Amino acid sequence: MLGLTYVAAIIATLPLLFIIFHLLRQGATFLRPSFFTEMPKPMGEAGGGMANAIVGTLILIGTASILGLPIGIGAGLYLADRRGSPLATIVRFLSDVLNGLPSIVLGIFAWEFLVRPFGGFSALAGGMALGAMMIPLVTRTTEEMIRLVPASLREAALALGYTRWRTSVSIVLRTALPGIVTGALVAIARIAGETAPLLFTALGNQFWSTALREPIAALPLQIFAYAISPYETAHAQAWAGALVLIAIVLIISLIARYATRARYAGGGD
Amino acid sequence: MQAAETEPLLRTHRLNAWFGGNRVLRNVTLDFADRAVTAIIGPSGCGKSTLLRCLNRMHETVPEASVEGDVFLDGTSIYNGDLNAIAVRRHIGMVFQRPTPFPTMSIYDNVAAGLRIRIGASPRRKETDEIVRVALERAGLWSEVKDRLRESATGLSGGQQQRLCIARALATKPGVILLDEPTASLDPLSTQTIEELVHELRETIAVVIVTHNMQQAARVSDRAAFMLSGEMIESAPTSTLFTNPRDSRTEDYVTGRFG
Repeated sequence: MLGLTYVAAIIATLPLLFIIFHLLRQGATFLRPSFFTEMPKPMGEAGGGMANAIVGTLILIGTASILGLPIGIGAGLYLADRRGSPLATIVRFLSDVLNGLPSIVLGIFAWEFLVRPFGGFSALAGGMALGAMMIPLVTRTTEEMIRLVPASLREAALALGYTRWRTSVSIVLRTALPGIVTGALVAIARIAGETAPLLFTALGNQFWSTALREPIAALPLQIFAYAISPYETAHAQAWAGALVLIAIVLIISLIARYATRARYAGGGD
Repeated sequence: MQAAETEPLLRTHRLNAWFGGNRVLRNVTLDFADRAVTAIIGPSGCGKSTLLRCLNRMHETVPEASVEGDVFLDGTSIYNGDLNAIAVRRHIGMVFQRPTPFPTMSIYDNVAAGLRIRIGASPRRKETDEIVRVALERAGLWSEVKDRLRESATGLSGGQQQRLCIARALATKPGVILLDEPTASLDPLSTQTIEELVHELRETIAVVIVTHNMQQAARVSDRAAFMLSGEMIESAPTSTLFTNPRDSRTEDYVTGRFG
């Protein structure tokens, strides 16, 4: 039995190892510094880079975070504080549903309510769609992290003469902070590679653009466009783009892990 | 705070407490003398911890908990007087069963935690240093931590953490300190250290200790009070309560016939 679980544990890691290995083999040779600094060449021409898509993805992540993090953390604080109230129960349930919502559905809704009424695709609509995806994830992790803070700490602070408000901020929230940061980073890592919602919102852009009201390039979209094209040179660029995207996600995950580790080590100050 | 023998520092008067509809204290009237250790003993669930938590208004922080009757600190009502709950808790410190150092703070900041809450009135750096040092000395922890004040408090042993919590409670210079089974989670050696500390604390302030350990009550307290089912059965000088109790239920308990 233990042998079977051992085999299962090995198999569970295989897809990621295979993907990384394959990406390195296919994409690494095309990953020159120019990939990060140059604009895409016309389809079929060799060389060029994805500078616009890399910057576009960062802008989209930033916009999504500005929207998703405050709302998600705020809602999580509410759920942790009023855990039994009817509103909290409803919000918690809807968050879980939203969390499982297929991203393509979210994309269609974003198109219907954010793109069509405002007369066109835009980076802002893309950021908002991704932000909406972050909210339920951040809400639930924030709630869980706050709940992990022992009630005895809250009591100790109150017994010292802390007000409720001050206890919540400087003891409970402060203690839960590394966990909340981790949750936020995990949510960012998850939306960084989302493609479906962006097809309906940010659209993609062959040119350099950082304007929030204009369509914007993004790594997943660029990879998609290149991968389905008939040109070998474009395929190579798609592999390199995928490698960059997965590197971004891995780096964010590593930062998240580090933040979690600091939490259990006690941190000091 | 000068209190004569006849005038207790802390006094409860017909104190009743509830959790929802469940009455856990019944008309408890009890005196606590200054510069003395009062032990509250009794079987599990007798209301001794609730009584302790009513003394610094911590009972009311639990949802659906309520209190009736009154507690007087130095003659001033803490429930119906000018003191609010925050002020009461600054005058009456508390230490819990399990050590509760704030994990995000250093040893120094833990001790100073109670000082910094009065915004605008926080003492100067030098004063804080002095208060922290004195509090740690009184808690018998200074020599062990003086070279690592900036390190995380979670690196200390359980017994050290508990003494840190005592130092934290002492830093605001309370007149009374409440100890809720302070050694329940500690090893025998740490327990002995805390008991010696309790003995020293009684030179300067009033100590109220809840314990389920009768030997501990006999060792550390000047007076002892026996509770049963939310009622104060008997309170007397500790030696009298243990050797010559008035009430047969007290006798049954202290001789180990139940509990």
